[in-house]
Amino acid sequence: MPPGQPLLQVSDLTLKFGGVTALADVNMSVESGRIHAIIGPNGAGKSSLLNCISGLYKPTSGSVVLRYVADDVGRGRGSAAPAEGSPAPAEADSLDIRERALTSLPPNRVARLGVARSFQNIELFEHLTVLENMMLGRHIHMNQNVFTSMLWFGPARRQEIAHREIVEEVIDLLKLQAFRQKPVGTLAYGIQKRVELGRALALQPSLLLLDEPMAGMNAEEKEDMARYILDVHELAGVSIVLIEHDMNVVMDISNRVTVLDFGRVIGDGTPREVMDNPRVIEAYLGAGAAA
Amino acid sequence: MSTFVTLLVIGLSEGAILALAALGFVLIFKATGVINFAQGEFLLIGAYSFYTAFVIMQLPIVLALLVGVLVAVIVGVVVERFILRPMVGQSHISIIMVTIGLASVLSAIVQMFYGTQPRAMPPILPRGSVSILGGSVPVNRLWAIVICAVVLGLLTWFFQKSRHGVAMRAVADDQQAAMTVGISVRRVFALSWALAAISALIAGVTLADVTAVEMNIVNFGLLVFPVVIMGGLDSVPGTIVGGLTIGLVSQFVSGYMDPGLAEIVPYIVLVLVLLVRPYGVFGEKRIERV
Repeated sequence: MPPGQPLLQVSDLTLKFGGVTALADVNMSVESGRIHAIIGPNGAGKSSLLNCISGLYKPTSGSVVLRYVADDVGRGRGSAAPAEGSPAPAEADSLDIRERALTSLPPNRVARLGVARSFQNIELFEHLTVLENMMLGRHIHMNQNVFTSMLWFGPARRQEIAHREIVEEVIDLLKLQAFRQKPVGTLAYGIQKRVELGRALALQPSLLLLDEPMAGMNAEEKEDMARYILDVHELAGVSIVLIEHDMNVVMDISNRVTVLDFGRVIGDGTPREVMDNPRVIEAYLGAGAAA
Repeated sequence: MSTFVTLLVIGLSEGAILALAALGFVLIFKATGVINFAQGEFLLIGAYSFYTAFVIMQLPIVLALLVGVLVAVIVGVVVERFILRPMVGQSHISIIMVTIGLASVLSAIVQMFYGTQPRAMPPILPRGSVSILGGSVPVNRLWAIVICAVVLGLLTWFFQKSRHGVAMRAVADDQQAAMTVGISVRRVFALSWALAAISALIAGVTLADVTAVEMNIVNFGLLVFPVVIMGGLDSVPGTIVGGLTIGLVSQFVSGYMDPGLAEIVPYIVLVLVLLVRPYGVFGEKRIERV
């Protein structure tokens, strides 16, 4: 989808756990080709919002609508590369853009529509190797049939090779070459964070949700990770929604920022606008600081 | 020496059948976390459904096997969908009680239709015996070893290398992450129950051929517990080694010491393993941090 088009629309989203309101009437719109940051104090509902988008939580009310290009979602039908002779992607108005409400879908269906994510506390398949983790990112693009997948020779093998090439590109991009065959559980924290980003990238998503990709890292590692995220954004042309605490990082890399506090949106705009918003300053520094 | 060779081959064949039955148990446990006490009954259902197709309906053997596979898949998927899925999120003990209940129901169904008398089935595997190193070895036992080895090899390959096998391991590791890369956890659950039922079918039919089509198959099925405890509950190689060990130990005890003792020796091994290495010989040491 061309940059600047609306990609994701969150409308009046409310999420309650019993008597606790985690999100209250949240509105947010993400444009394609942007890096959109969600910030807010601890417990503001940032991760809950991401979980609602990726289908892990079912919101109490409200909607999340994703727009996607129908051609991009040839997922699950075995086309790793665009079919020969298919017309080159032309102007926006000739694209078959569709809308889909994500709130009624299970997480695996959301993933199939091109939404990939990482988690705040790494959720990798720790007994599997880096390569296997990443190949699982290709799962949605592969043939679904159990019986043909048992036949290693022939189509299944060719398919495997095509997907492996895409995974190798991701491995190169994130400089994970040295770890291909290592079980993920044995790797250092920073590397695991990168593998998780890589697995999400392997889905070739149109929207990437990153939940604190730099949590627990030192300044140098953060810088590296920011670099990787920018590279991914530029090279893969993927739109990114990220949660981050480090304000410097947010100011550096994001185009747009949404601020949450106690489940409500208290600010939305460019990083500069948000920084100058008195409500945001108050939420971060306490009442009185804004004066 | 001659007794040794005979016992060795019989022990290996029982062990291989046991490993196959236990692998089904391990598949379910790994992917879904359910401890299935009805695995022995799956063997029973497998043997009787094949017997029905092959002997009662007089179908050719290949068709009879297909019928068996079909029944196994249906039973596996139905049990997952209607009995265990409603139990998602319940405590382990409740789920175990449900599978114990399931075991009673399945064996009662078989008894209802077929009674408790052993049924005669024409031999499928070649009969007769050959002499190896002076010991007389039944040929069908050798074939049983070959069949189980091939099926075990295929299942191991499927689990380690094939895409759906890797997806099953992924679900075993982290269900949430599996969902977010687009794996349908429900499909993986259904697949693992179906595969467990198929491996039980093959084990059940092979066992029925070298022994008889009878309710005793359930008692044999109970031996999967010493096997999987020894193997560490979730290790495929551990299960194979565990199966062979239990098969050999009980045959040697039966041949050299006392057939009565052979009945309980697998459970003695079970207790010993639990005392010395509670996480199994091949199992991963689980450390729970509080």
